[in-house]
Amino acid sequence: MDNQHILQALREKFGDESMVGIGESHGILQITISNDLIVPMMHFLYADPIMKFQFFTDLVGIHFPDAVGQELGVIYHLHSLENNVRLWIKAYAPIERPNFPTLTGLYAAANWMEREAFDFYGIIFEGHPNLIRILNVDDMDYHPMRKEYPLEDATRHDKIDEMFGR
Amino acid sequence: MSNSTVNMVESPPGVEGQGFFATSLDSLVGLARANSLWPLPFATSCCGIEFMSTMASHYDIGRFGAERLSFSARQADVLMVMGTISKKMVPVLKQVYLQMAEPRWVLSVGACACSGGIFDTYSVLQGIDRIIPVDVYVPGCPPRPEQILDGFMQIQELVKNESTRRRNSPEYKALMASYGIE
Repeated sequence: MDNQHILQALREKFGDESMVGIGESHGILQITISNDLIVPMMHFLYADPIMKFQFFTDLVGIHFPDAVGQELGVIYHLHSLENNVRLWIKAYAPIERPNFPTLTGLYAAANWMEREAFDFYGIIFEGHPNLIRILNVDDMDYHPMRKEYPLEDATRHDKIDEMFGR
Repeated sequence: MSNSTVNMVESPPGVEGQGFFATSLDSLVGLARANSLWPLPFATSCCGIEFMSTMASHYDIGRFGAERLSFSARQADVLMVMGTISKKMVPVLKQVYLQMAEPRWVLSVGACACSGGIFDTYSVLQGIDRIIPVDVYVPGCPPRPEQILDGFMQIQELVKNESTRRRNSPEYKALMASYGIE
């Protein structure tokens, strides 16, 4: 099984227009899809008797402040252990409504990763059983990995300037 | 080592005569406390490794009467905070401090504990003196064992010279109140 096989199978199942962008990096196929296709496509890739993408390696949040209408993104890293083939699937949503479907129904590993993406990017995973902060303090009221903060915030008062020569 | 001598601490100023020695209770209590401080190591990272060396035979913090590390906060005299304290760890550190019985002292070891150090970031507490009062700061990243020992000796000096009534003074109560501690 190679990348062409994956593309072919996805085209047959979901149609050509389902994949907004197709790329390849380090020999790994990267597919950009729309939000509503995430769950059916993942289930298909998981259950397919040849591809068997049954290992959920990673979930990455990303923020592109200049991409109007698709500021926040999620990148799913899948791994077919039997074929030793990896696959990235990307999807984007506007920052005003950063909603994505949860994958906890398919991969148990998604539980932790989606909480993490919520914690750092404020991405809402609809249907997640326990979408609360996981790494940061519970009373934090912002999402620190978003690219919307100046590198040095002069208004911060949890740093004593005189100790740092500022 | 036939000519080794046992090193005794100096006696506090007082009046000495045939069969008696008179001094103030403060200095006697201070002397006893200063030479049997039980440290509670709160070690989170590389400064903790330096502390392990400080504790071990080469540097031997036991020479200062502190060989008995107390891993129960309730029996400890000195809280030694060594390493980066993330904001999520704040309630834990504060609770450890609150569990200690008076009189208690705090030694902040290393740049991170003193000021956040290189971790100028959203997740790290920018100095433990934002949540608990600190008696002695030891700078360094990480400080050498000699520096930690020097910091410890500074604590001993504070202990020796502390009035037994200091903890009841309005200044001390105001200090505690500024940290929200009863």
